[in-house]
Amino acid sequence: MLSIVVCVKAVPDPKEACKIKIDPGTKTLLRCDVPMVINPLDRHALEAALHLKRTGEASITALSMGPLPAGNIVKECLALGADRGILLSDRAFGGADAYATAYTLAKGIEKIGAFDLVLCGMASSDGATEWVGPQVAVFLDVPVVTMVKEIQEGAGRNWLVKADWEDGYRRVAVQLPALFTVTRSLNQPQTLSFSGIIKARQKTITVWTLDDLAVSPETVGAKGSPTIVARLGTIQNKRSVKMLGGTAEEKADALVGILAGAGAIG
Amino acid sequence: MIGEINNCRPYSASLQLVGKARALADRLNVPVEVVLLGDRLDEPAASFIAAGADRVFIGESPAMANYQPEAYAEVIVNLVRARQPQILLVGSTFMGRELAPMVAARLQTGLTAHCIDLVLDENHVLDQQIPAYGGLMSILCPEKRPQMATVASGVFPNPEPDHSRRGEIERVAIPADLPGRVRTVDIVKESDVVQSLSSAPVIVAGGAGAGDDAGWRQVKALAGALNASLGCTRPAVDAGWAELETMIGQSGKMVSPRIYIGVGLSGELQHMVGIKGAHIMVAINNDPKAPVFDQVDYGVVDDCRTFLPLLIEKIKTYTEQSCTEIRRGRS
Repeated sequence: MLSIVVCVKAVPDPKEACKIKIDPGTKTLLRCDVPMVINPLDRHALEAALHLKRTGEASITALSMGPLPAGNIVKECLALGADRGILLSDRAFGGADAYATAYTLAKGIEKIGAFDLVLCGMASSDGATEWVGPQVAVFLDVPVVTMVKEIQEGAGRNWLVKADWEDGYRRVAVQLPALFTVTRSLNQPQTLSFSGIIKARQKTITVWTLDDLAVSPETVGAKGSPTIVARLGTIQNKRSVKMLGGTAEEKADALVGILAGAGAIG
Repeated sequence: MIGEINNCRPYSASLQLVGKARALADRLNVPVEVVLLGDRLDEPAASFIAAGADRVFIGESPAMANYQPEAYAEVIVNLVRARQPQILLVGSTFMGRELAPMVAARLQTGLTAHCIDLVLDENHVLDQQIPAYGGLMSILCPEKRPQMATVASGVFPNPEPDHSRRGEIERVAIPADLPGRVRTVDIVKESDVVQSLSSAPVIVAGGAGAGDDAGWRQVKALAGALNASLGCTRPAVDAGWAELETMIGQSGKMVSPRIYIGVGLSGELQHMVGIKGAHIMVAINNDPKAPVFDQVDYGVVDDCRTFLPLLIEKIKTYTEQSCTEIRRGRS
């Protein structure tokens, strides 16, 4: 049976993310009540795990790091079909950059125990990096393939995957245990089902703190992060805008005139 | 920096980074060194020197002609440990985006993703700038070395090659047994849709404001009516309307159209920094307070689901009329 860990991140709903601003004074995020959802790419990672479970035998652990409310997205993973949910949550984990996040997640996976596959989305939608997946792999000392778009489950421990590449794709032979970061083209995530929600009600998630992971507070969170956010400046790309007024009809006419004048039509 | 080649020629992202590295190195009074792995590398190595490198370390092996993750990481980590550079720059190519985080984790240092500028601060620390939440965020790696950053193609200009420049080419030893847990079997080329967007003269880009699948079809139809290339923002990719390859911005494509039309997008800097030097920029959005209106020349406040069909109709009418006029002129 395959043992799969899926790393998921709670992100502000990308559809409303434009409401989020940074407080220039405190450099903290002003989230403005934007709801938190599973990072869209991580849904594809979970779907890949669910697909492997449907076609063979697999046990799926959803793993996240974040404040306690992030437990909701782990519960959502249970409702979608994950067998077990774990949230790494501790004040000490706060302010982590990609490196410290990857280190903490890797410690969480070590505590989960033996695994065959770790799956992550290839990036998070909230503007962060693509580094967490590959860095988790380094900390776990397993091979990684990033931007996986097709998985061909191999016989035994040797698998073949296709990964995005400039103007095409790369075929990669990889030995399990391994970590894949996945793209949207891998699959189409299923939506929550009513029976899934009912079943998940009986399941609970596990919360692990700094003490549970037995790591030094110096190695996690802001303290364990090599990078810092130093300043917040402004970008000089302002243009002086001419707003087109009137009825929709008049605005469309004016715009057609502008586009024609610029040589875009006609 | 880590150099990369494609069909025996350096990637533009790599050469552009040499140009930037040269400027930074001159201020720090240090050399620019490039590590280049693959097979038959003398010629590309010379291009890196002409672009501004002082020394190119080449690691050649037929087995490494294609990118091999663990072997490449191993050679680069060993070389960085030996050379102790202050800064290590990597192009945001598919290889760079996989290799850089592996190398950074093994060197226990920081790595900033998809920078749009790199400058030295008053303490000669690398100020790595990325757009975030309506501003420009400066990321520093104050203690760990090297300071690592990835940069996409098109962020920095191509350096003017100087073929009279002198530089050293040094060969690095390749481990006899390459790590075998993960292996690139081959790289298959399909199409280059990406190029067409990068060089398109007219671009229509759509965002979350398209609303739904039907709304997105309208955005597409507008691009069709204008014979324009279709780009998008991340929410449009997340919604499943558009392919990731057509995403414009910091972690997507850099474009430089003559005319840019943003439809149903708010003007997030992550997207807007991807558009360079456009002659005319237009935005259509139903929110008059959307930041995009500070960054364009012409603005229309309207719901794109109702406005686009009207606009497309008028564009078609205009095009037909001018065709008729041309035909009349001929007859």
